[in-house]
Amino acid sequence: MIIDLEKFIAQERPTWDELEQMTDMIEAEPGWPLDLKEARRLHYLYERAAAALTRINTFSSDPEITRYLEALVARAYGVIHSLDRRRTRFAPLKWFFGTFPRTFRKHFAAFILSCAAILAGTAFGGAMFLIDSDSKETLIPAMFAHTYQSPSERVAQEEARDEDRMAGQKNTFASMLMANNIRVSMLALALGLTFGIGTLTMLFYNGVILGVIVVDYIADGQGVFLTGWLLPHGSVEIPAILLAAQAGFIVSSAMIGYGTRDCLKARMRRAVSPVTTLIFGVAILLVWAGIIESFLSQYHHPVIPYSLKIAFGAVQLTLLALFLGLSGRPGGRFAEDR
Amino acid sequence: MSDRNYDRLVIRTPEGFTFSMLLAGPITRFLAWLIDMTIVVGIIFIAMVLLNYLVFVSEDLTGAVSILVTFIIWFGYGIVLEWYCQGKTVGKRIFKLRVVDEHGLQLTFGQIVVRNLMRGVDCLPLLYLVGGSACVLSRRSQRLGDLAAGTVVVRTVDTSLPDLAAVSAGADKYNSFSKYPHIEARLRQKISPAEARIALQALLRRDSLDPDRRVELFSELAGHFRTMLDFPSEATDGLSDEKYIRNVVDTLFRSQLKA
Repeated sequence: MIIDLEKFIAQERPTWDELEQMTDMIEAEPGWPLDLKEARRLHYLYERAAAALTRINTFSSDPEITRYLEALVARAYGVIHSLDRRRTRFAPLKWFFGTFPRTFRKHFAAFILSCAAILAGTAFGGAMFLIDSDSKETLIPAMFAHTYQSPSERVAQEEARDEDRMAGQKNTFASMLMANNIRVSMLALALGLTFGIGTLTMLFYNGVILGVIVVDYIADGQGVFLTGWLLPHGSVEIPAILLAAQAGFIVSSAMIGYGTRDCLKARMRRAVSPVTTLIFGVAILLVWAGIIESFLSQYHHPVIPYSLKIAFGAVQLTLLALFLGLSGRPGGRFAEDR
Repeated sequence: MSDRNYDRLVIRTPEGFTFSMLLAGPITRFLAWLIDMTIVVGIIFIAMVLLNYLVFVSEDLTGAVSILVTFIIWFGYGIVLEWYCQGKTVGKRIFKLRVVDEHGLQLTFGQIVVRNLMRGVDCLPLLYLVGGSACVLSRRSQRLGDLAAGTVVVRTVDTSLPDLAAVSAGADKYNSFSKYPHIEARLRQKISPAEARIALQALLRRDSLDPDRRVELFSELAGHFRTMLDFPSEATDGLSDEKYIRNVVDTLFRSQLKA
């Protein structure tokens, strides 16, 4: 049986047009206020269009009407069932001082795993260097070739330098560091898709490089220089990379799904929000770390005393730990909305 | 709830309705990506040309801004366009594609960010080999970024009502079947929706067919409908196969055609 299409379309068209208008408005302006009456009307129109689609599919098979109604119903469905996801005004301060540290604490186990991976790499790299100091050039990639020379020689060179070698390129260097570090962080996150193996490997290898450098400088009696060199920017940069890896491990944990009966899709869906929060937080931290590395870390004694650099780095690390550990807790200014 | 039916993403709503969306294939997506890449490279090139004027202010500042602008355009292009243009970048718009939530819901900002950040893995080792393979193997043509973000890329369709007037345009509008309303009523009752659809589509697309194929198609269709119906010979004598089908369609959709 074929339904009388003309009569059917003439009857239903006004409701389809009205539904289309309402959907257009909500899609164009996500904050569009819906009162109860409008919400009911929207739902009624949606159900009516969906019923029309069912009738068309059952009693007629005109593909164009079917396509039109399917597209309309799909849009209305998306709008109605996404009302709880509607875009709210973004409050950057509330997000940075509230959502970001809370997300970090909520997934603390993943952060511990990041720390463990980098520490294992550091221990391995240090041990390799102690066993065979010639392994330095094998373990450290060419992009860090400036660390190939003896620490004492480098310290002597840096301290004897009387001209500003960063003059005229501080901003460019800072931007390069920011862009590169954020890119590395994104990769650490994306490698979470390899069930965490990629993220783990990346952290471990970065730990190996760090371990070789640390043991090399300490063994050469240049621990103070090393601390003064790395701590000002490393106290933010290394935690930021660990946070990116934490996001990667959230993804891998969702993929593995250990200890939950939820399906993969549901697990991945839950991971989207914390991962986004963490990676944007990481980007902000790395912008700061890039500025510090370019404008402070590259200057050594006597230009800037080591004690001052170390104190700066220590204070920064403490503040970061306090921020991640305490900010956004209940009762505070940036507490979670209930 | 959603599942896949051939090349479609079928959504079953909590209200019990079902609708579907056409999934985009890997080749179309790749072509859309090529266009997007061309645009990104073009924008970066233009930005670099403009930023060259900053050299007069400070070479250091120019270097810094260039690096940041390149980085932001490279990673921000997809995120910004998909967020503000309902899942469509320029390449996707050209190829009529759109990113949607795999449950048919609206995209969240997090989903867009995650699917774009995961390109880092999808594009490995080169030219999206990992993402492309995942797309081919996945039930919903999803690359890894889509799997992580819970998104799919669908083909958008024109959402206008059909123009049935085109069926009778420029043709002899007299329908010899109309003299036999009781047989027409039987025809409407007997014919299935699928058969009606085939007849209608054959007429709507007749001008795009190869002449020989057109004759062949209408001959086959008319042969099929003739076996189903018993119109008197006065109504069918001298009718070409195409005219016969036109009469059948006119009978089925008459009121709408007149409108």
